[in-house]
This record gives sequence, structure tokens and C-alpha cells, in this order.
Amino acid sequence: MAFDIARLVGYGAVLLGIAYPLGLYMARVFTGGRTWLTPVLAPIERLVYRVAGVDPASEMPWTGYAVSLLLFNFACFVILYLLLRLQGLLPLNPTQAGAMSPAIAFNTAVSFVTNTNWQAYSGETAVSHLVQMAGFTWQNFISAATGVSVALALIRGLTRKEVRTVGNFWVDLTRTWLYVMLPLCVVLSLVYVSQGAVQTLAGQVAATTVQGATQAIHVGPIASQEAIKELGTNGGGFFGANSAHPFENPTPLTDFLQVLAVLAIPAGLTFTFGKMAGNMRQGAAIFLAMFILFAASVTVMYSFERAGNPNLTAAGADQVASAVQSGGNTEGKEVRFGIEASALYGSVTTAASNGAVNGSMSSMTPLSGGMAMLNMALGEVVFGGVGAGLYGMLVFAILAVFIAGLMVGRTPEFLGKKIGPKEMKLAMFAVLALEAGILIGTTIGVSTPAGLAGRLSAGPHGLTEIMYAFTSGVGNNGSAFAGLNAASPFYATAIGIAMLVGRYLFIVPVLAIAGSMGPKKQVPASAGTFPTDSPLFVGLLIGVVLIVGALTFFPAYALGPVLEHFLMHTGRVF
Amino acid sequence: MRRYVFTSIRMALVTLVVLGLVYPLIVTGVAQVAFPAQANGSLITSASGTVVGSALIGQRFTDAKYFDGRPSAAGADGYDASASGASNLGPTSRVLVDRVRTGVAAAVSEDPGLSAGSVPVDMVTASGSGLDPDITLANAYAQVARVARARSLPEATVRGIVDTQAIGRQFGVLGEPRVNVLLLNMALDAAK
Repeated sequence: MAFDIARLVGYGAVLLGIAYPLGLYMARVFTGGRTWLTPVLAPIERLVYRVAGVDPASEMPWTGYAVSLLLFNFACFVILYLLLRLQGLLPLNPTQAGAMSPAIAFNTAVSFVTNTNWQAYSGETAVSHLVQMAGFTWQNFISAATGVSVALALIRGLTRKEVRTVGNFWVDLTRTWLYVMLPLCVVLSLVYVSQGAVQTLAGQVAATTVQGATQAIHVGPIASQEAIKELGTNGGGFFGANSAHPFENPTPLTDFLQVLAVLAIPAGLTFTFGKMAGNMRQGAAIFLAMFILFAASVTVMYSFERAGNPNLTAAGADQVASAVQSGGNTEGKEVRFGIEASALYGSVTTAASNGAVNGSMSSMTPLSGGMAMLNMALGEVVFGGVGAGLYGMLVFAILAVFIAGLMVGRTPEFLGKKIGPKEMKLAMFAVLALEAGILIGTTIGVSTPAGLAGRLSAGPHGLTEIMYAFTSGVGNNGSAFAGLNAASPFYATAIGIAMLVGRYLFIVPVLAIAGSMGPKKQVPASAGTFPTDSPLFVGLLIGVVLIVGALTFFPAYALGPVLEHFLMHTGRVF
Repeated sequence: MRRYVFTSIRMALVTLVVLGLVYPLIVTGVAQVAFPAQANGSLITSASGTVVGSALIGQRFTDAKYFDGRPSAAGADGYDASASGASNLGPTSRVLVDRVRTGVAAAVSEDPGLSAGSVPVDMVTASGSGLDPDITLANAYAQVARVARARSLPEATVRGIVDTQAIGRQFGVLGEPRVNVLLLNMALDAAK
């Protein structure tokens, strides 16, 4: 227990210690300043622009930015889809993975392009090394850099005075992966290898076990993908078991680095925002709102996993923590991580739209699993995806100042710019698209035979499985209650559509807000201005996020995780 | 519009080459030189040169003279290193509760000193990967009497080997104390 608390508090402190300097570094990178990596990376950057035919000096209006982003993402989707369909004919396929079926290939290509990394396939056998590298690792960088680009466009629209353009998409994209992600990934992947993560082009090793059985041990270029899998809040694992697999996450140290890597950029970007807004307190307010929601989520998940499952005690298992066991609900958890690191991983990766797991989410106690689902359902704004978390939270910030404006009868302002009906409509459209996507998707899932047939569990857990899947898809998270048969044609298609809705019906309105805010004048703050860097604003922002999430989803959650929690304590099983 | 399309395709291809090929291949090259044992799977080779397994991947033990790993949901028989995964059974699953009850009964009948209610929970619950190489110290100590009897060794000797194989928290803080089952069983075989 004492170790658990010390590690959780230590994690928060180390995260802040990394996020702040990283945020300032990113602000320098994205405003074109020199960094200590510039001498090495600038020639590569210029080469990329030359090959792609990009003029880095020209800026785009929001429409050009959006069109570039959509066309580029579509090109990536087509290439990835073709790789998945043709992998059997391509090199670097030591385990002879054949072509993926059209439905699964569609689902998988959408999944990686939208930064969701929902996995309807099993990594060991279904994809070649070429796809793992030139398909998934590539898109892990690109989808994350796409998210950061959108956040940068929104920051520029909110903070620059009377400018019609929102930046250059190609420059934002390139600088994100080249200056921020790639250097960190090279270092992280080598640390992972030193701890035991595998990095080879071989396919599998045949072993003869101590008791004489044969064991086919799958290997591959794992560490290089693992590094960006967390840093880019992607979450798609090399193996079916994701970061529970010892080759992806061999030691407690790699586990700790992974949960840090997941939140490093999303947390850092709040300070980037503060720096670019010329007022660090604005960034700190957003960070604080996110951190408070995050700390609450960790507390809930840790407490319920630590308390364990009364059904297992009744069956004769000892779940009490002692010097020789971590105890608690260990179904689906790895011994080396125990309760604390498993609960923290589950909380971090659902808060951050990462979707990696170091254990089974589905086997968590009902309210822990429900908390993970709520993290995603709040719109992935509790740090959220790389870039996506910040632009999502800024949309909620716009809602919060609007509500504050209604209460005092003044035109709402954010960072000195007046928020008009157009921006409000766009913000509401984005939020409602997410919520409608989750609720409509779940409704279809629970009311069609194909949807119901995919469940592993009966009872309230089955409802949670379906709702978790659509929440994860729309939230572009990728986390799963993995008992659900995600590979069935119904779920492959439906979740594929959910991922597209959650990604692009949010990104386009956000870019439109950026374009519409950019040309506005900044009016000086007056006595009637609601300060958005105050503790009152932090509280209001948290309130808006929770009210929007709770009111929308509470009825469904009452029938899923909450009901299961009470039934579990009466000893009811299904 | 055409310009946007061409730029998109060219940008996609150049990033694919840099991030999808150059980056992983450079990391592979460096890793193979700097950490060859780990990069190839921390493989364990027997005296005769055959690969016995990986220090990081659990394997199935059924013989009473070996310590058992945890129940495994990987593959039909468990510990299938090409089908990693968890049971994903929910906390109110009848299948899960029945499996735990069966596991408790088996442990109580095989391991002297265990009774229903005192069975370490990791002994009867499946891991996240299905390949968990470790068990808790509580789990290992619970199996000492059985293993000692099967090997006709004093319990203190077996317990001593467990203690020498125990892995502490990394840097004194991270993770949980544990024992690697494969390494423990190989140490037992070497000791006799």
C-alpha cells in the first residue's frame, strides 16, 4: 500500500516535471524557433519539404488546412488498406501472414489513420513485419502528428490578432514528428530493448520447453513500434495481449516509462498553449482541470481493483495484500505490475485516448471498467489524445465561457476574443457528434442480433462490452473489453464508421472555429471579463465536462457498470 | 486541388519511408549491436544448444516436481506464445468464478498447508498476456512443500532456492516482488 501511494504520487510529480519543459520546447519548435536539435534535423526537414513539394513559408486559411489534412489522411488510408490486402505478396513476412479480409482491412486502416488503433485482428498471426513497420509504426507517428497540427491551428486562431490563416499543415505535421516524436522514440525504443523488448526482423523462434513441449515464440521489430505506440497515444500493440505481453513491456521500468510517454505530449501541449497565448497561466488552468479529473479517475480505478472481487474471495482465493503478494483483483493482470501499475495504466490509457493495455480491461471490477469508459466518454479531454485532448478541452473551454456569459448576461470572450453564435454552433456540433455517435452506435449494437451475438458476457457486463466498444471507437481510443467479437463483420464495419465520425466530425468544426476566431480583434480585458486563468474557471470547466458527460451517459451507465457492481456484491453471477 | 492531391501523396510516401522503414531499421541495427541478447528475445539455451524458451515468456508446467505458473488463457492449452491474451471474463462471469473454485480445490489437494480462503489469488487467476513468466512469492512459497516432496529434498532447501531466485522491486520501488517460474525450475534442476 505504501509503495502504491508513493508510486502514484511520484508518477504525478515526474509527469509534471517532464510536461513543463517539453511544452516549452514544443512552443519553440512550432513557432519556428531554433532548438538544440535544429543543426541535425533542419536538413532533414528541408529535404522532406523538397521531396513533397511544400513551400514551408506559406500559410493556409482553415479551408486549405482542412482539405490538406483530409486528402493526406485519405492517401494514408488507401496506402495502409493496400498494404493490408497485399501483405501476402510483399517482403518482410516471415510468418507468412495472408491478405486481410476487406472488412477487417477497412476497420484496421481506419483505426490506425484516426489514431484509434482499435484491433479487430490478432497481431501475432494476422500481419507481416512490413505492415507492423511501414503500415502501423508509420501511421502511429502520422495520426498523432495530425492531431497536434489541428491543436496548433486552433491555438493560432484563438491567440493571434486579426490573422486569416491558421498555419501550414505540412509544416506543423513535419515538425511534430521530426522534432518532437522521432528523437524521443529513438531513445525510448533503445531503453525498452535494454530491458528485454524484442527488436529483430526474424519471425519466430522454436523452443523445446523444460517439460519437452514445443513453443513457437513470436518475435519482430517490436521496440521501435512500442515507443511511438505510447508517445503518440496510439495504443495498437504488436501482440494481441498488447502491453501485457512481456516482449512489449518486459519490466516495471518499461511500464513506468510507457505511462509517462502516453501523457507527456498531451500534458506538455497545455503549456505549449500557454506559451503561445503569451500567458502561462492560461495553459496551467487547462493542465489543472485535466489533472484533477485524471487524479479522480486513478483514485477510483486503483481503489476498486485493490478492493478486489468478492466472488473470488467466496471461491476461496486470498486477495489480501501482504509482503509476498500484491493481492486484489488479479484476473487479467501481470504479476510484475500488480494492482497499482495495472490500475494506473488503465486510467492513463483511457484518459489519453491511447487504448494500450497492460492487462485485461474487461476483467476489471465493474466500477473500474466503468471509470475507464467514462474517461473515454468525456470526449477524451482528460489529457486526451496527442493534440486531440487539447483541442477537445479548448472546445469545452469555449462552452464554459459561454455558460459563464449566460449567467452574467455578457458576450462571452476567450483570450480576449468574442465568441459568437457561429463558434458556439460549431462547438456544440463537435460535442454532439461524439455523443450521438456513442449512443446511436450502442443502440444499434444492443438492438440487432448481429450486435448482441458479439458479446462474451451475459448480464450487465454484456451491455458494457458493447457500449465500451462504441465509446472507444468514437473517442478514437482503441481500448477494448476484449471479450467482444470485434472481428465480426458487424463490429468491423460499425466500429470503423464510429472511428471516422469521432475523428473527422470533430476535427473539421475545430478547424472552422480556428478559421472564424483568427480574424477577430482582441479586446482588452475589462471588469466584466471572466478570467480564464482563475481557479473559478478551472472549477467551471471541470463542471461543464462532467455535466455534459454525466447527463448524457448516466442512464446507460446505471444499467451497465453500476448495476453490475451491486450484483457482484450480492454474489450474482451470469 | 490537384496540387493538394499530389502533395498529399508525396508527403505520405516520404514519411512512410522515413518513419516506417528507416527509423525501425536503424533501431534494429543499433539494438542488435548494443543489446543482442534482449533484442532477440532473451532466449535460454540448454547445454546441448537447443532453445529451451525465453526468460520473459512463461511456459506450461504440469509435473509435481516443478513450480506451476499461473493459469493461462493463451491458446487452448495455455502458454501458446503465438496466441497471447487474457480470459477477458468479467467480474460477474460464472465461467470465471467456477474456474477459480476449481483452481482452489486443485491447489488445496496438491499443496499441503493450503486451505480454501488462503490460496494466493494469482495462483487461480489468469494473467493479462497468458504468458506471464512470474508468480508472486506467496504463490511460490505455497508450492514449496509439494515440490520438495516430489524431489525428496528438504523443504528448507527448496525454499532457499525460491529466495535466491526472488526478484525484488526495480530500483527498490517499481513493480512487485516476484519469482520467474522458468528460471526457478531450471535452478531446481541444476541443484539436484
